[in-house]
Amino acid sequence: MSVQTEGTDTAGEPAVRKSGPPAPPRGEARTAKTPAGRRAAAAPYLLLLPALAATVVLLGWPLVKNGILSFQNLNPRQLIQHLTEWNGVDNYKEILSGSDFWSVVGRSVVFTAVNVVLIMIGGTLIGLLLARLGKKMRLLLMVGLVLAWAMPVIAATTVYQWLFAQRFGVVNWVLDKLGWHSMADYNWFSSQFSTFFVVIVLIVWQSVPFVAINLYAATTTIPKELYEAAALDGAGAWKSFTSVTLPFLRPFLYATTFLEVIWVFKSFAQIFALNEGGPDHLTETLPIYAYVEGVGNQHFGVGAAISFLTILVLLAITSYYLRMVLKQEEDEL
Amino acid sequence: MKRSVFGRLWPNATAVVLFVGFVFPVYWMFATAFKPTGDIITEDPVWFPYHATVSHFDKAVHADHFWTLVANSVIVTVSSVLISLVIALFASFALARMRFKGRRGLIVTFMLAQMAPWEVMIIAIYMLVRDNDMLDSLVPLTAFYAMMVLPLTILTLRGYVSAVPKELEESAMVDGCTRLQAFIKVIFPLLAPGLMATSLFGFITAWNEFPLVLILNKDIEKQTLPLWISQFQTAFGDDWGATMAASSLFALPILILFIFLQRKAVSGLTDGAVKG
Repeated sequence: MSVQTEGTDTAGEPAVRKSGPPAPPRGEARTAKTPAGRRAAAAPYLLLLPALAATVVLLGWPLVKNGILSFQNLNPRQLIQHLTEWNGVDNYKEILSGSDFWSVVGRSVVFTAVNVVLIMIGGTLIGLLLARLGKKMRLLLMVGLVLAWAMPVIAATTVYQWLFAQRFGVVNWVLDKLGWHSMADYNWFSSQFSTFFVVIVLIVWQSVPFVAINLYAATTTIPKELYEAAALDGAGAWKSFTSVTLPFLRPFLYATTFLEVIWVFKSFAQIFALNEGGPDHLTETLPIYAYVEGVGNQHFGVGAAISFLTILVLLAITSYYLRMVLKQEEDEL
Repeated sequence: MKRSVFGRLWPNATAVVLFVGFVFPVYWMFATAFKPTGDIITEDPVWFPYHATVSHFDKAVHADHFWTLVANSVIVTVSSVLISLVIALFASFALARMRFKGRRGLIVTFMLAQMAPWEVMIIAIYMLVRDNDMLDSLVPLTAFYAMMVLPLTILTLRGYVSAVPKELEESAMVDGCTRLQAFIKVIFPLLAPGLMATSLFGFITAWNEFPLVLILNKDIEKQTLPLWISQFQTAFGDDWGATMAASSLFALPILILFIFLQRKAVSGLTDGAVKG
């Protein structure tokens, strides 16, 4: 803040000095010797120091630690006795040569894809619907969306366990009444497919509002003149949608898809709290797999290696968009 | 005008169906929490809590450690949000208003940090915290929660700071304010809505966080509400009334905050963080 008097710092380059008017302060007794330029040059770094320090210590360090751990043989014995046993790339060899890892990777990718496709299509359609509705109905639907969106993940998870409960669960009751009698006492958490079904309904239900509300907000910023111009050119409803609405929303859709990919891929609480990756490890996605192997089975080194590989997979999935964003940022700054 | 009647009808009908679909789980949570057990365990669901009772809330509130866990959650959430807001305020001001070497790299760093897969890093974090003898403590939780929300807070606040016209600040400085005074007197008041919106996301993140507390704090005296809720159901077996009451109590602060701040929060997030 106010303490920025590294007087003898010679690194202040005039080229990076703030361009604003120096505006000599009149009321303050500032030592005239201290070059204002040097102060100004150091200021941004001092302001950023706490944020940078936090990032390095709390994010950078765990990342590096994760890398180090992944080359260690770290099981309960080594953990308790504080031993450091290096085992080279054995952890990676073990993971990559087994079939478990690859099926989990495949499962994670499919899981993410299904969720994101459903979220984006559902969210876009509901967002466009919001734009079409009258004021009162829009408010009604907004309230519903906001409530679902605001539900804390863990609370939502317990509610879904109750909705899909084997005995006295509403979902089974409704399915039974609709004529699907074999569902009357169905245990949703007994098979891979049905567990994933519940997880996906939960995630989509929670994620659609974000897309829908933001998309609606984005449509309100489309200039009306564009539609008028399109109408003058003889464009119908569909044509004006594809030639005006869609291009306008495209950057937004890209950004949101990207965010959803990351959020869904990382989802932990929903899957873990619903069924702990069960039945029989069949609903483990990469984050759950890393946790179950690393912490549950106490193979911390192996778990760290899985974590590292998970980060690589995530980077690979998002690299296309990431490159786009970075480029755009560079052009802008 | 047959088509237009239909055209007016279907969006409204769809909206009602969707409304019911989105609201029902939330409604069912509160409804179950208020129903006597006899109305919860029934062959045919009782759709409305006609015989409303607070006995389940009573049970949840009097469960062992409940108030300790509430206090822990509040302490961790509020302090991590405040810490990240203060740190982010400095950083975002520098990023929005100053030109300096490395600025671009820093923004990119924060954008990447925003996507950090914390859920996958818990093993490394566990080892670090253990090596420093800080397991079963609220301090590392607070620190890591603050870090989880820091990048988004910085990027969002950067948007709010840039939105304040530079001329306001400059004219204050011409009037004799120092840069710091100009910031406190001119920019800070204008940032208030941005700060509220940003803190909402921080609040939600910290209040909800589950994996880290799951692995770091085994001592129930140092746990937070999400962990308790997720175990409440196991602990109380099929007592759905008490489980839903506990979930309701946990969800209520967020639902209230969200309804009040949602509009600002949405525009804040889209302006500042989701650049599109």
